Amino acid sequence: MAEQGKLREFTKGIFEYNPMFVLVLGICPSLAVTTSVKNGMAMGGAATFVLICSNFIISIVRSYIPREIRIPCFIVIIAAFVTMVELVMKAYLPEELNASLGIFIPLIVVNCIIMYRAESFAYKNKPLDSVLDGAGLGLGWTLSLCLISGIRELLGAGTIFGLKISESYEPASVMIMAPGAFIVLGLLLGFFNWQKLRKSEKAMKAHIQND
Amino acid sequence: MIKELALIIVSVVFVNNFVLSKFLGLCPFLGVSQKTSSALGMGVAVTFVMTIASAITWIVYNYILLPGDANIVAMVFPSIRESGLIEVLKTISYILVIATLVQLVEMMLRKMVPALYESLGIYLPLITTNCAVLGVALLNTTDSPTHLGFLQATVQGFGAGIGFTVAMLLMSGIRERLALVNIPQSLRGVPIAFICTGLMALAFFGFSGMVQ
Repeated sequence: MAEQGKLREFTKGIFEYNPMFVLVLGICPSLAVTTSVKNGMAMGGAATFVLICSNFIISIVRSYIPREIRIPCFIVIIAAFVTMVELVMKAYLPEELNASLGIFIPLIVVNCIIMYRAESFAYKNKPLDSVLDGAGLGLGWTLSLCLISGIRELLGAGTIFGLKISESYEPASVMIMAPGAFIVLGLLLGFFNWQKLRKSEKAMKAHIQND
Repeated sequence: MIKELALIIVSVVFVNNFVLSKFLGLCPFLGVSQKTSSALGMGVAVTFVMTIASAITWIVYNYILLPGDANIVAMVFPSIRESGLIEVLKTISYILVIATLVQLVEMMLRKMVPALYESLGIYLPLITTNCAVLGVALLNTTDSPTHLGFLQATVQGFGAGIGFTVAMLLMSGIRERLALVNIPQSLRGVPIAFICTGLMALAFFGFSGMVQ
């Protein structure tokens, strides 16, 4: 039972509490960096690292943080990890990847997902649970980034991971630019809502028939 | 001089609108745009904080973080003169400046302009985590394409705030109408707001090329 509970802390972040499609948090970076799958994965990785570490540290020191000033404390802890990620990425990742992520790496500081998990989970739970929670939500966010960036890269540039799919396809470059990002995310959210509605309707029908 | 500043404002309000082309500040843009009155309140508060934050972070960047003779910290610790603090302290110092500033603005408004404080109410503390404010501070000090002066940076912050307010007001007008329209159930709320934002961004594309 305890094993299952731990596993649930991890898996809930991927579907049930998916940060992008269910909670609709952290939209700013997810639209700006999803012009290609590579960018989306790099951003997801960076944010996941910060989320896991900040959740861990906050849940360790949670009993020493007074309630009134918890937000500034969270921000300083998060900012420290973001600076680490920024320096590591500058040192080891290719120049053009850093350039395309640009100011959105330092902007992880004000990413709503990280703040939200710090406030509503890490501040109230044990370190191990918090790490699992952070890893799950981070993975869920990274997967949704990959989905959006996959669609945008495929339609907007005709490539996946930089590989050309078909010679005859003329890329619709608007998908790479700002309007395409908004429309893709809007339609995806609509699609997931539709799925949810259909499921609940089916459940309702089955319920009526059983009666 | 005036012409240059006017160009900066036109550029950040229309051509490089923070919300519609740089994807900054989307959370309040979607969260607080249901009503025109609250959209205006949020826009004014953000413009105010952005202007002051741009001014202060410019000073922090040029006199505390950048290496060189102007660095104040170097007077006490000479080794800072060569290295600067830019790599390690940029993000932390900016977010602390913004958080303190928001708190300060809140206290000042409560003392001096209680009416405005009442109407802004809950939006003020939310501004700390608005990525548009940190975004404008970071963009002002990236030195690309040119190193901005104090006045330019402040005006850019002000213009970015105005651009944010314009986008919020337009969006709130659209959403007030959308509430009365028959939309497919699965698209109601946030999804249709995103699609409208996409169309607005497409319309704002018409301004591109206006300022080089």
